[in-house]
Amino acid sequence: MQLSTFLIQLLNSVQYGMLLFLIASGLTLTFGVMGIINLAHGAFFMIGAYLAFQFTRFWGWPLPAAYAGAVLAVVVLGACVERTILAPLANRDHLDQVLVTYGLILIFDELAVIGWGKDVLPAEIPALLRGSVQLGDMVVYPVYRLVLAGVGLLCAVGLYLIVAKTRLGMIVRAGSFDRSMVRALGINVSPIFSMVFGLGAALAALAGVLAAPILSVSPGMGDKIIIIAFVVVVIGGIGSIKGAFVGALLVGLFDSFGKILFPTVSSLIIYALMAAVLVWRPRGLFGKTA
Amino acid sequence: MRPVTIIAAIVVAAMLVAIPLFHNAFLTAHATRILIYVIFAMSLDLLVGYCGMVSLGHAAFFGIAAYTTALLSAKAGIANILIGLPLSMLAAAAGALVIGLLTLRTSGIYFIMATLAFAQMLHFLVNDSDFFGGSDGILLLTRFRASVGNTVLLDLGNATTRYYTALVATSVAFAGLALLVRSPFGRILQGLKSNEQRMRALGYPVARYKLGCFVIGGTLAGLAGHLYATLTSLADPSILDWLHSAQVLMMVIIGGLGTLIGSAIGAFLLIELIDQSAELTDHWKLIVGVVVIAVTMFGRGGLVGLASLLRTSVFGARASA
Repeated sequence: MQLSTFLIQLLNSVQYGMLLFLIASGLTLTFGVMGIINLAHGAFFMIGAYLAFQFTRFWGWPLPAAYAGAVLAVVVLGACVERTILAPLANRDHLDQVLVTYGLILIFDELAVIGWGKDVLPAEIPALLRGSVQLGDMVVYPVYRLVLAGVGLLCAVGLYLIVAKTRLGMIVRAGSFDRSMVRALGINVSPIFSMVFGLGAALAALAGVLAAPILSVSPGMGDKIIIIAFVVVVIGGIGSIKGAFVGALLVGLFDSFGKILFPTVSSLIIYALMAAVLVWRPRGLFGKTA
Repeated sequence: MRPVTIIAAIVVAAMLVAIPLFHNAFLTAHATRILIYVIFAMSLDLLVGYCGMVSLGHAAFFGIAAYTTALLSAKAGIANILIGLPLSMLAAAAGALVIGLLTLRTSGIYFIMATLAFAQMLHFLVNDSDFFGGSDGILLLTRFRASVGNTVLLDLGNATTRYYTALVATSVAFAGLALLVRSPFGRILQGLKSNEQRMRALGYPVARYKLGCFVIGGTLAGLAGHLYATLTSLADPSILDWLHSAQVLMMVIIGGLGTLIGSAIGAFLLIELIDQSAELTDHWKLIVGVVVIAVTMFGRGGLVGLASLLRTSVFGARASA
């Protein structure tokens, strides 16, 4: 492999990894803190992408307003879903959670079809961010993908600071360690749950907004990426933000280089990676050993 | 068994036997499809309902058998199900053994995700490879039959024969599973579901029993997969998709976990629900989604649970009055 190809694939890995991290961090928080498996998390990603498309293309909103509007709308939607459907499921077993959130996927996918049709929508890269830049002597890389990777990294740092340095973060960490103990210590977890869930939904929506021009905007786009995000979460260890970050980078690396080195089996490489990690460490790389 | 149950069973059996007599091609084919899913759902119920192993990758074994059948017929020209059936079930069993050995090291949500990951691996393996027909799958042009030497015992080109083959397979699977869950082996599986720690303390080799259960469930899913391929003449990647696994899990839940008859009813109801709402509107997923959520959130124990709740509340009230 040429050095330039290698560097470009490396950048691709980071960019894809950061996109996955935005989705996976919400999943791992929801599971760690609330104990809920949310298969419908991919719907937030999809709805974010659709709304950004709607706001910019059809309603002609300026870019920042459209992006913020899409993310905010998803947060409101997420809060409604959390209050009405997910919160009552917190103490039920995983099976019920899988099925209810599977039902949510069916509903959201169909609503997307009703609202925007079955066709793939052509989302465009914003004019400001088109084109490529020269990095060093040999690598030319699209600006937009660099921005995407940068936003992902920023979010990762921000999330790390929240989780590691704030009171909310402390409760989140304690919650993913022992939920009932947090409650027993007199902390009202219900608003914390909503906040964490809203944050997760916001990150997934942001990922959708940013990924729209790169991936295709279509109903079911969330179903594909949610499974990969779950792979990330499981590799990293459920409930661990650090795990999600490392898992996302690993999956990004294996996916990008797999496509170059083993093109025929590239899609299944990340699942093989996950299987290997689980055989080696059944609770993921950074999962708590119970 | 109470007389009501026996009468109901006889009526249902008679109806099932009588279906092809209506000479309605659609009805017969539709009933055949439902029977295949009854087997598939019961095989998953053994894992989830009796042993407490929530697998979101059960479609893997269905798919392995379907693709084995397809490859045998397309590449080796084998149309005899007396060869194809055992071979494809064996392939499903082997798949279940390997996947079981690897995934059963994990538990809880990790197990759910690990089973899903393996099914996805197979999905992409067949989807991306020309050998397996890629995303179009393999269309089977073979006229399947059961034959010994040159004597043809069953000609599966005939829709009625296909239906009765599926009916016999379903009955055998149901009887076999009913006996299995009442056997000492089945009791141990149920013990594992209610308290794995205690079973371990009692000295049972827990891992081996779980693996045994996983392989039996996988093999039966293979039976369903083989029938699916021979009866619908198609093996395509969608049968390995995780949504297919979720669908069969839904069947088990609708009917009621840990009651074989419940998963049979659940398979029937979910297929009917999907077909009927698809007839009603293009947006059938909306209806199915709402029903799935409502059943899971409010109907704990599925329909069988609901029925027994109704019975105790009606008869219980009468007894105390």
